[in-house]
Amino acid sequence: MTDGPNQPLATSGATPAGAAPVMEMEAYRPPRNQWWDVWDQFKTHKGALLGLGFFIFALLFVYVGPLIWTIDPTFIDIRARNSGPSLAHPMGTDQLGRDTLARMMAGGQTSIAVGLTAMLLSLVLGTLIGVVAGYFRRLDGPLMRLTDLFLAMPLLPLLLVIIMLFRDQLRAAFGPEGGIFILIVFVIGITSWMQTARVVRGDVLALKEREFVLAAKSIGTPSHRMILRHVLPNVMSPIMVSATLGIANAIITESALSFLGLGFPSDFPTWGRLLFDATDWLQQNPERVMWPGLAISLTVLSVNYIGDGLRDALDPRIRGR
Amino acid sequence: MRGLRAMFDTSANKKLVEVDGLKMYFPIYTGLLRRHTGNVKAVDGVSFDILEGETLGLVGESGCGKSTCGRAILRLYEPTAGSIKIDGEEIANVGFDKLRKMRPTMQMVFQDPQASLNPRMTVAAIIGEPLSEHSGKSRSDQLDRIYELMDAVGLNRDFANRYPHEFSGGQRQRIGIARALALNPKFIVCDEPIAALDVSIQAQVVNLLEDLQKQFGLTYLFISHDLSMVRHIADRVAVMYLGKVVELAPREDLYADPLHPYTKALLSAVPEPDPVAHDNANRTILQGDVPSPSNPPEGCNFCTRCPSVMDICRKIDPEFREVRPGRFVACHLLNDTKMPADPTAAVEA
Repeated sequence: MTDGPNQPLATSGATPAGAAPVMEMEAYRPPRNQWWDVWDQFKTHKGALLGLGFFIFALLFVYVGPLIWTIDPTFIDIRARNSGPSLAHPMGTDQLGRDTLARMMAGGQTSIAVGLTAMLLSLVLGTLIGVVAGYFRRLDGPLMRLTDLFLAMPLLPLLLVIIMLFRDQLRAAFGPEGGIFILIVFVIGITSWMQTARVVRGDVLALKEREFVLAAKSIGTPSHRMILRHVLPNVMSPIMVSATLGIANAIITESALSFLGLGFPSDFPTWGRLLFDATDWLQQNPERVMWPGLAISLTVLSVNYIGDGLRDALDPRIRGR
Repeated sequence: MRGLRAMFDTSANKKLVEVDGLKMYFPIYTGLLRRHTGNVKAVDGVSFDILEGETLGLVGESGCGKSTCGRAILRLYEPTAGSIKIDGEEIANVGFDKLRKMRPTMQMVFQDPQASLNPRMTVAAIIGEPLSEHSGKSRSDQLDRIYELMDAVGLNRDFANRYPHEFSGGQRQRIGIARALALNPKFIVCDEPIAALDVSIQAQVVNLLEDLQKQFGLTYLFISHDLSMVRHIADRVAVMYLGKVVELAPREDLYADPLHPYTKALLSAVPEPDPVAHDNANRTILQGDVPSPSNPPEGCNFCTRCPSVMDICRKIDPEFREVRPGRFVACHLLNDTKMPADPTAAVEA
C-alpha cells in the first residue's frame, strides 16, 4: 500500500462511471496478499525485528547448537565440578561437573517447546471459548461460568492432583520425557486460558453489534465464516497480547513445577530447572544463575516484542504510519 | 392495503415489497430471575407496499422505529409477527438456507459508513464479499466485477487495495453502496445513508443513488429524518411515529397537504432558509416527549402530544386506512364518525 505513487498519474485522475476501457485493466495492481503489507509494516518496527532476530538466534542456539557443541549434557566429569568459565566449559560446570553450555542448550529445547505449545494450547482454548461465548448468546452463560470456575480453582493443588493421577500412565505410554512433556503442556494450557477467553468474549460482544457484522448478515454470511472473516481478525490485538504473555507465563510455570519436583525428572535439564538448581550455589558460582535467568528473560522479552510488532502490523489503521 | 392499485402513474408496476402487520418487539427482562416483563414495541403493526422501481421514503423522529423497521424487513432481526413478501416470496419466517438464497435480491446501505465497513478488509475484499458468498465465480471474474462496481459508484480502481480508514465519509459510503449493488439486487434498504455525511457530500451520494436507480431499475426504501432530502428522492412517503405508520401518501400530496396532525407538526419543523420567513413561520410546536415504546399510551399513540386530540383518541387506536385515493392515514380526525373535528384540523394546517 505504500508504493501508490509509483502508479502512472493518468490512472489517478477520477475514472467516471463505466468509462474505463478494458485495456486499462492491466494498469491496476491486483489486490495484493495482505501478508506482504503485514511484513512491510513489521519490518519498520525496530523492537520487533530485534526480538525476531534474538528469537531465531535462541532457536538456533538450542536446536543447532548441540550439533556443534557435542558434549553430552548428562556427562559427569566430577573432577571439573563447580568450575568457572573456561575454554573447555565456556559457561562453567555445575556441582557434578556437567557442562552448563550443553545443559543450557538441552534445557532450552524443552523450555521453548513447552512455552510455545502451552501458549498455543491456551490461546486456542481461550480464543475458542471467548469467541463462542461472545458470539452465541445461548452458550455465553454456561461457558463464562466454566471460565469463572477455572479462575476460582486453586491452581497449585489442582496441578498436584492432575500430575499425581496421570503421570504414571503418560510415562508408560510416551516414555518418561514425552509423557511429562505432554502432561506439563496440558496442565499449563488448561490453567491459563481464562484471561484470554474473558478478554476475547468482551471484544466479540462489542464487535457483534457493529454495523459491518450486520452488513455481512444481510449478505447471508453463515456464522462460521462471519467469525473467521469479521470477528477473529478484529480481536487479533488482545489475542496477540495474551499470546506473548502466555509464553512467559508457561516457561515460568514450568520452572515452578520443576522446582516443586512435579515437572521433568531432576536430571533432565530445563531452563527453570537449571535456575533452581543453581540458586543453592549462588555464593560460589553466581554466573550459573545468570545464564538460565538471562535466557528466560531475553526469550520472553523477544517474544513480547515480536507480539507487539505483529499486533501493530496486523492493524491496517496503524500500518503505513 | 387493498386499494393501492389505483395509486398514481407507477400503478402499472407490480408490488415488489409487501409488508403486512410487521411487528418487532424487543423483550425486556427484569429482576433477579430475568423474567419477561414487557416489550419495547419498536415496530408495532406496520403495513405498506413498495412498487417496483419506486422509492418509498420512511420518515419520523429519532427512536420511532424507522431503522428497526428497515432491518426487520431484511430479516436482520427476527420479526415478532407479520408478513414480509419480497418479489412475491414470503421471508418473514423462512429458514436460514432459503433466506440465504434470497439475500441477493435485497440489500442494505447503512447509516454509518465508518462502522459498516470492516476495518481489517480491503475495499476489494469488502465489495467482493457478497460475490464470494453467492456468485461462485472465479477470483479473476470477481475482480472484474469489483472494478465494474467501483466504476459504477465513481471510485478510482486504484483504491481496491486500500482500507476503509483511508477514505473520506462520502467515499466510504460509495464503498457501502458498491457492496450493496454487487449481487444485482432489486430492492435496497437505505438506512439513513446520508445522515453521517456533510451537506455537500449528501448531495453527491443522493444523486449517485438516483443515477443507480435509473441505471439498474432499483427499488429503494429510503429511511431518513431529513424531510427535504426525502422530498427530493422519494416517490411516496410514509411517516412513522412510535412504531406505527401514521400517514402514507404520494410525495407531492403529503408535502402540500399533510392530513395527520403529526405530519403537519413534522413538516412545520423543517428549517426555512430565509431568516424572515423562518422567524415568522407559524409552527406547530409539539409539547412533551415521545412516550416510551415499552409503554405506549392507550388508544392513538400520538394522543399525548396531539394538538387536536379528542376523547376517542385516548380510547381507540385509529385504523390505518385509505381516506383519499392513494392516501393512507391513521387518525380519528379523518374518520367520518367524528365529523365536527375535521374542519378545525383543516384550519390549523
